[in-house]
Amino acid sequence: MSYKAKFKVWRGEGGEGKLEDFTVEVNEGEVVLDIIHRLQATQAPDLAVRWNCKAGKCGSCSMEINGKPRLGCMTRMSTFTEEETITVTPMRTFPVIKDLVTDVSFNYQKAMEIPSFTPPAGVRPGEYRMQQVDVERSQEFRKCIECFMCNNVCHVIRDHEENKTAFAGPRFLMRIAELDMHPYDVADRQEAAQEEHGLGHCNITKCCTEVCPEHIKITDNALIPMKERVADRKYDPLVWLGNKIFKRSSK
Amino acid sequence: MENSPNTERHEYDVVVIGAGGAGLRAAIEARQQGKRTAIVCKSLFGKAHTVMAEGGAAAAMGNVNSDDNWMVHFRDTMRGGKFLNNWRMAELHAKEAPDRVWELEAWGALFDRTKDGKISQRNFGGHEYPRLAHVGDRTGLELIRTLQQRVVALQQEDQETHGDPEAFIKVFAECTVTRLLKDGDAISGAFGYWRETGNFILFDAPAVVLATGGIGKSYVVTSNSWEYTGDGHALALLAGAKLINMEFIQFHPTGMVWPPSVRGILVTESVRGDGGVLRNSKGERFMFDYIPDVFKDKYATTEEEGDRWYTDQANNRRPPELLPRDEVARAINAEVKAGRGSPQGGVFLDVSSRLPAEEIKRRLPSMHHQFKELADVDITTEPMQVGPTCHYIMGGVEVDADTGAAAVPGLFAAGEVSGGMHGSNRLGGNSLSDLLVFGRRAGGGAAAYVDGLAARPAVSPELVEEARAEAIAPLGRGGENPYEVHHELQRTMNELVGIIRKAEEVAEAMEVVEKLKERVRLVGAAGSRIYNPGWHLAIDLRNMVLVSECVAKAALKREESRGGHTRDDFPGMNPAWRRKLLVCSTGDGASVTVEEQEQPPMRDDLIVLFERDELSKYLTDEEMTEFDGISK
Amino acid sequence: MTQTTPDAPVRRQRAQIKVRTLRTDRWWIAPLLTFLALTAFLVYGVWAILDGSYFIDPYIAPFSSPCLSTSCVEGARLFGWAPIGDWYTLPPGLLILGLPGGFRLTCYYYRKSYYRSFWLSPPACAVQEPHGKYTGETRFPLIMQNIHRYFFYAAILIGAILSYDAILAMVHKPQGLGSWILLVNAVLIVAYTLSCHSCRHITAGRLNHFSKHPLRYKAWTFVSKLNAKHQPLAWASMFSVMGADLYVRLVAKGIIAFPFA
Repeated sequence: MSYKAKFKVWRGEGGEGKLEDFTVEVNEGEVVLDIIHRLQATQAPDLAVRWNCKAGKCGSCSMEINGKPRLGCMTRMSTFTEEETITVTPMRTFPVIKDLVTDVSFNYQKAMEIPSFTPPAGVRPGEYRMQQVDVERSQEFRKCIECFMCNNVCHVIRDHEENKTAFAGPRFLMRIAELDMHPYDVADRQEAAQEEHGLGHCNITKCCTEVCPEHIKITDNALIPMKERVADRKYDPLVWLGNKIFKRSSK
Repeated sequence: MENSPNTERHEYDVVVIGAGGAGLRAAIEARQQGKRTAIVCKSLFGKAHTVMAEGGAAAAMGNVNSDDNWMVHFRDTMRGGKFLNNWRMAELHAKEAPDRVWELEAWGALFDRTKDGKISQRNFGGHEYPRLAHVGDRTGLELIRTLQQRVVALQQEDQETHGDPEAFIKVFAECTVTRLLKDGDAISGAFGYWRETGNFILFDAPAVVLATGGIGKSYVVTSNSWEYTGDGHALALLAGAKLINMEFIQFHPTGMVWPPSVRGILVTESVRGDGGVLRNSKGERFMFDYIPDVFKDKYATTEEEGDRWYTDQANNRRPPELLPRDEVARAINAEVKAGRGSPQGGVFLDVSSRLPAEEIKRRLPSMHHQFKELADVDITTEPMQVGPTCHYIMGGVEVDADTGAAAVPGLFAAGEVSGGMHGSNRLGGNSLSDLLVFGRRAGGGAAAYVDGLAARPAVSPELVEEARAEAIAPLGRGGENPYEVHHELQRTMNELVGIIRKAEEVAEAMEVVEKLKERVRLVGAAGSRIYNPGWHLAIDLRNMVLVSECVAKAALKREESRGGHTRDDFPGMNPAWRRKLLVCSTGDGASVTVEEQEQPPMRDDLIVLFERDELSKYLTDEEMTEFDGISK
Repeated sequence: MTQTTPDAPVRRQRAQIKVRTLRTDRWWIAPLLTFLALTAFLVYGVWAILDGSYFIDPYIAPFSSPCLSTSCVEGARLFGWAPIGDWYTLPPGLLILGLPGGFRLTCYYYRKSYYRSFWLSPPACAVQEPHGKYTGETRFPLIMQNIHRYFFYAAILIGAILSYDAILAMVHKPQGLGSWILLVNAVLIVAYTLSCHSCRHITAGRLNHFSKHPLRYKAWTFVSKLNAKHQPLAWASMFSVMGADLYVRLVAKGIIAFPFA
């Protein structure tokens, strides 16, 4: 059941490098990450790849396989034909450290810029009461394993490096949505979502949703609802008027 | 490749090694007590093995059943650990777990809810009441993300007040510590390298908290990730601390065995709870042949009765598939050894013939998804193949229950790397709460220790130079491929110091490990210092071999079977051994000695929480006489 | 920043890969088909506006409904009204098509489809877009996409009118194929309209405590289910409205003339 597969793996340090050809054994039931590990163990011991759990739960082994952002541990070799040459490259949007390992510090920096969960004053631990239906939306977003493939695939920064300062990426716009929908969060996040974190850059072309290994509906459930909340706040004169008259807030 | 780059140097009050649940909770505590804290993690921030925990965090909040309280939880924990637990730790754990869980909620965690809006709690093996706070089957992820976001929140606070987010707490991601440094007896710092650059880094710090997790990567079949190379265990040993209970390793009975890429990944216990049955290659439900005498009256003896239990639990006994983890693991092991295993070396776990497809998808969504995506197996139409997998080590650094302090001044440990809390066997759900309770205590312990210091210990340049030389050695040395050595160690431990142990086999393993030690000294890694996995593995090997030696030596010494330690040649539990802990230490850093140490007797007010009948199964006659004196 | 490493500027670059994409599948098919279909719809729409045969009792072509000026035939007028009066002599469709057209133009799904297929921004996931600069929907004119909800309010009215037209046709000619076509079209148009993201937001999406608004939560749950099918509904209703419109015009022109037409 085993065969020799043709691989092209991007190798290099810093930006410079090239696709190197490998012929490597593949056994039944293996995934791309297994093949990378076989390369390490037999042909290229210093081939750099980031990985941890091998079960699609930690989001470390993000890479691009035949041009598509994928988790190496969740891409079965049986999805390719035996004749096919499989190309493996590092995530394109982030600076490369070595081979398949990229510097993802952009993401940690953006995480830092989103104000944290802000509960109302005076609620002590143990006193929180929330209904299941009220936490479910945010729970979906908290399934995120931070593989950063949504930020990697998003053309706003993938194709436009200059947008990186103004745009938090789907992962962190979703984090804003998560907090904005949290039943106990009292911080005002809508204005900042648009003005500071670049929600307006999103043109909802849904690649983030397409690549999400956790199948989170990032666009439909986080980004678009957030755009609608921002529209309430900034672009809808009727809602503005209603809020003035009835003194209500969207929270 | 440059050979002598400048080693960067950082000064901190507390350095936490490991960024899983325990490490992050410890760091948060140290920072909240005003200490300048570094978090050093081998992987990226937020990727630690804690994310793999599924079931939940055990805490006697009594949200689902108000009869639950810390005393019930304490009893369950001691029972699960077969009374070998450090009872003070079990007590603190049971008492403080609820507060630790509630605190997470105030930091933004979103647990599943009960009807009245409280945190929902689920049943789990060994827990008398529904006790596990959970979020579907991804509780570990919720826990680590919440703690990660709490660290960020603290950094944002520091940004506000000091203008620098990293003024008081900083994460050193993808950074591995290879040596702890001492000034005389006391900790003075830690030495390590950046994975990214291969450059060295020196932490000048009077207190170090170890929170590095377990040792699973010394086994072939394991549910643990690559980081679990026993770093903290080895660092502690080399710094002069002691490890206890290293012979106790929990093997989960049902891990995936196929495909190879996911070998060892867990198949949740609820598959069996919901009707899944175990069969061998002949199609027999073999568990009926493995019911031990002590359980004979509690488990069904015919398939018909076992099947009736699922719908009528009051009038039938439960099927033997639901025996305790260690029993099931041993049975599967025996079937495979007898040649009745599945094609890929496990047994069949079948739920497809037991429940309609829709029902399976509804009750076991994540398992359905896991097998579909990873193995291309549709569990609604075909059986799974499963086998035991190395899951958790109960043993670890011997610490003071209240502060997490190890024998070396300035050294602290929490989480899986510490020992004692779980005795000889850990209950499901107790690890996440363990991380929180003792992570906080270790962080606080370290902070208090730093406050009490008269003078800051100094880092000796010679020790730094030694550590540097040791770390750089494998690089460019034309030695053996580290991957080969690693595989041999894994095979040896799996086969010879696995679930079932025999004196001859363990002795053989010790010989192999002894030879591997030599080979580890000579492994070489090609390539540069930049993100070089071969080099990193070569460095980790020292730790794995050292820890494996502890496991093997302790396993040989303990001549009884208890919890996560099963001796084929000593099948029963022996009350005399209950009072004894096996303590590993090393003098020269090259070989390990194991000594017996007496476990202090349980405090009077705790021991009276148990029924006499129960205690008499575990305690010696002498201890029972004492108990009778107390309980009068 | 949670991670700072010693700066080595040479390593702060992306992997140099010269090609626009390494995808090996036929990623260009979807944008190409979308481009063709949307173009066909636009071309048809222009023709339909200019075409005069929009009414044959009891059918009115959806592109020309409601008919609000006196230039419409008596039976084609909505409730017999002609609020616009007689000064207006241009095609009646021109008056109202801006509303459903605007609804689709600012629809979150259609935005995706034309950004991808017309503007190639991006043509497909992980395929580099050809533009040097990108500001998304942050400035005029695309910032106007935020008024989608107002088009939604209008689309609700249009949906109601098309339903009314269909029911009227059913009442007058239940045996007519055209009545059934208009009915199916009305159902699809209404379903598409209700599946709108703005609708989802308005029902309860904007709330943070569903549990305090059980009825709105119920509505939200229903709209959410429809919303998951927004894309297929967008296409189905687009083809159905085009088909129904063409059918009525062909009947009106006498090209289709079988007994139960």
